[in-house]
Amino acid sequence: MRSPVQALSIRNLRKTYGNGVEALTGINLDVPEGEFLALLGPNGAGKTTTIGIVTSLVNKTSGTVEVFGHDLDHDLAGAKSCVGIVPQEVNFNQFETAELILINAAGFYGIRREEARRRAERYLRKLQLWEKRGAIARSLSGGMKRRLMIARALMHEPRLLILDEPTAGVDVEVRRSMQDFLREINEAGVTIILTTHYLEEAEELCRHVAIIDKGRIIENDRMGTVLSKLHLETYVLDLRSPIAVCPDLGEARATLVDARTLEVEVDRGRGLNDIFVRLVAAGIEVSSLRNKVNRLEELFMKLVRNETGSGSSK
Amino acid sequence: MTDQLVKRARRQTNWIGAQTIVVREFSRIVRIWGQTLLPPAVTAGLYFVIFGSLIGGRIGQMGGFGYMQYIAPGLIMMSVITNSYGNVVSSFFGARFGKYIEELLVSPLPDWLIVLGYMAGGLVRGLSVGLIVTVVALFFTHLTVHSVPIICAAVLLTSMVFGLGGFINAVFAKNFDHISWFPTFILTPLTYLGGVFYSIELLPPWARVISHANPILYMVNAFRYGFLGVSDVDVSLAFAIMVLFVVVLFGIAVGLMRTGIGIRE
Repeated sequence: MRSPVQALSIRNLRKTYGNGVEALTGINLDVPEGEFLALLGPNGAGKTTTIGIVTSLVNKTSGTVEVFGHDLDHDLAGAKSCVGIVPQEVNFNQFETAELILINAAGFYGIRREEARRRAERYLRKLQLWEKRGAIARSLSGGMKRRLMIARALMHEPRLLILDEPTAGVDVEVRRSMQDFLREINEAGVTIILTTHYLEEAEELCRHVAIIDKGRIIENDRMGTVLSKLHLETYVLDLRSPIAVCPDLGEARATLVDARTLEVEVDRGRGLNDIFVRLVAAGIEVSSLRNKVNRLEELFMKLVRNETGSGSSK
Repeated sequence: MTDQLVKRARRQTNWIGAQTIVVREFSRIVRIWGQTLLPPAVTAGLYFVIFGSLIGGRIGQMGGFGYMQYIAPGLIMMSVITNSYGNVVSSFFGARFGKYIEELLVSPLPDWLIVLGYMAGGLVRGLSVGLIVTVVALFFTHLTVHSVPIICAAVLLTSMVFGLGGFINAVFAKNFDHISWFPTFILTPLTYLGGVFYSIELLPPWARVISHANPILYMVNAFRYGFLGVSDVDVSLAFAIMVLFVVVLFGIAVGLMRTGIGIRE
């Protein structure tokens, strides 16, 4: 069987900064064409360094990176042509208009001005920025600036789009529309790598997840497979009447947060019926129930905590 | 795609990319014309009034020409030098400071082309300002032309040298103070002592020897030779020095881009 085309292939990638900080300790990562990958990790884990190397904003110490078969060391221009980047921080000329920023960005990829104008109109309309095309970029709101950076990254129609926390600080409505747009372009065939601190966003959008911590990949699998590794789920139960003593819920571990709130940790295979039978028997009435955190967040915390534990025991 | 088609596509990308950089630089120069085009005209006008009309009349002839006629090429060249340098240093440092240099760094444009693009931006401003100062000069004096090719070659090479110098300064600068340090403490003294206002024949022998170590002396004199046909230095040597500076500074600028010093982490 023919192996799938790799949008990104990283081998033994290392990065040690001038101050001696080892940001990447030899990571390996394959992202097949058409994938929607969440690259997660705590602050300082190495996500932005990895992205920086792939987009050639950061020089690697060693290892190889290939984008659609173009090796960064041997065909840098070929690799760069395939990548679009939406960085964490605003990085366009704030004194230029939104439309001019897009047209210039296209020019840097060899796209003629007439075609650049057509594409600028398409993406400005798509990202609800058309009315602001003549506005000086500095005057745009935070959400608009982020959408403008997405439009800019798409001007040369890249096959691989990398977004470094694109929805940070953006209101819910804008975030939803940005997510819909990302889903749409992924369905159109663009491979997407997304870093985000909103783990529910990653769970909702991405089919694959890679978790990076302390410069190495500690988890890399299908989203469903990764989530299935999580055995426990925590529910928060709001009680109709206050209680003084934490009830015995058998196999489930209960914690009384306050007189009207009970947290219950349940094995995912066991279901909730037994818990409710015991609560009814104890005369406790539940008024509402919710998940404490989203599943991916729980797994993420668990993995990172384990890493910290194993790190400190060395 | 065959290698030939890839090469052709890259050439087209580079050509359009270079055009985009230059057009962006030109737009910037025009957008902030009050900072880029107007001040050199005012400054040059003042120089011509003070050194030319008021004081120059008492100085008499220099190099066989009226004083105003003698200093006009030097004043034009001085504005070309400071504006070529100033344009690239402020534009490239601004791009680094505002992080929008990343737009170019992530693009497929090669490092040498980015340097070339910024240098061309310096040329556009240097030559525009040179032209404006020339027009101002014509209000005060008559400019003779000895050799058009020498005038053009000298102004182009000088503008390139200082555009590249501005680029290198911008790479190393960490704040806005650093981009004004070199022009204030090195460039301006070298320009003033580079034969803009006088012939080095007027200097004592030891000062004449020291003056020959000043590269700006060669640029000003080559340019002046193009207008008046007189020079304090060997014009061929002047051009050799200018070409050498262009080649060396271009090599350094591309090397800095490639290694990423001050640009990439």
